[in-house]
Amino acid sequence: MTAEIQRRFTLESVREKLPYQPLLLGTVALAAGAALTLANNATREPIAAAEAHDMQMTLAQVLPSGIADNDLLQDTLELPGPQAGSTRKIHLAKKAGAITGAVFNVSERGYAGEIRLLMAVDTDGKVLGVRVLKHSETPGLGDKIEITRHPWITGFNGKSLGEPAADKWAVRKDGGIYDSFAGATITPRAVVKAVKGGLDYFATHRNAILGDPQ
Amino acid sequence: MSAGKLMRDGLWDNNIVFAQLLAMCPAMAVTTSGTNGLGLGLATTAVLVVSNLLVASIRHTVSSQVRIPVFVVLIATLVTIVDLVLNAWLHELYKVLGLFIALIVVNCAILGRAEAFAVKNTVAASAVDGLAMGLGFTFALTVIGLIREILGSGTVFSQASALLGTSFAFLEMKIPAWDGALLMILPPGGFAVLGFLLAGKRAWELKQQRAARSAASGCTLPDHASA
Repeated sequence: MTAEIQRRFTLESVREKLPYQPLLLGTVALAAGAALTLANNATREPIAAAEAHDMQMTLAQVLPSGIADNDLLQDTLELPGPQAGSTRKIHLAKKAGAITGAVFNVSERGYAGEIRLLMAVDTDGKVLGVRVLKHSETPGLGDKIEITRHPWITGFNGKSLGEPAADKWAVRKDGGIYDSFAGATITPRAVVKAVKGGLDYFATHRNAILGDPQ
Repeated sequence: MSAGKLMRDGLWDNNIVFAQLLAMCPAMAVTTSGTNGLGLGLATTAVLVVSNLLVASIRHTVSSQVRIPVFVVLIATLVTIVDLVLNAWLHELYKVLGLFIALIVVNCAILGRAEAFAVKNTVAASAVDGLAMGLGFTFALTVIGLIREILGSGTVFSQASALLGTSFAFLEMKIPAWDGALLMILPPGGFAVLGFLLAGKRAWELKQQRAARSAASGCTLPDHASA
């Protein structure tokens, strides 16, 4: 009898039975889920630390040295965003307790998807620095907006809404003052529009940003 | 099959890109520079070795009816773990490879090796096969990437120090007075380079076959090369 049961339940015969299939799939899915949970738990903190470090490095790039002595990751402000219902996180640069500038994200549709930028503005509404955080523009053409490939993006430093005049906030092809790259006009046009949008935003919310954040 | 034969198969005779013409999507998308090719190749190798190991070790338990979903779940899990681990502890490398890590899931070569090799062979042989196929893939991607980079951007192994560490900064070179032809960086350049490489490999193999045939003429041994 036992021999009979053993013969009927060898791996080879059970493997072909219908109930075995969902059981196997379920077991594998369970093991995969457990492995992913473990990996996620083990990596959550190092990933958060690495991303905070990245953010700090980019913040340091858009702010000229010596303009802030506070932790910009902590000194933040939530304001209504450019679209209704959205919010925008503003990082405040402070020196000896006084606000010296504001850093925030802006974005605009480029040639191939969203271009995300980080820009810093001083209390007079002048651009302190702009850097690209994320984009998917054409390699070799549109990617010259990255500081590692071309210094173009530093051309915004010191510009404000009045300087140049509003109609000069455009690429040269559209009658503005900013260069565009050979073969790529849409990308720089989008970046110029995004930076101008950021300055407009700062002008509109200037009192809320520079006032007491409490 | 001996480890030597498996290695030769993966690196040259049955190379994922140059012979099987698999994994064209990552091979064309990533190879805009030698560094990118090398980075994705190494990440894929790691996934291939472990996925072959796992598939071979559960090959008796898995029924043929549900083997494909089981393998897909295994591979997707592995790639997600590699993605998390790189992001957490090799963050600089992660920023270079970024999106392409997740794309390893849809690399048909991984499921291909599970189906064609690991499910029928021992754990040890499958691990060697994964390593050989992965290294062959890395070799192909690095060669294509380097050629496209030299022709398209006029640089050699740019950003290698971000991938391999600052001690490898000596690999980065700039070809003087050549800024590159943009076409080679764009997708058509990838196909053009691959086409020329395939033609070159084929020409070399035909020459080898002809040499082997003339050496074996008059001999009764079967013609191995045309088998």
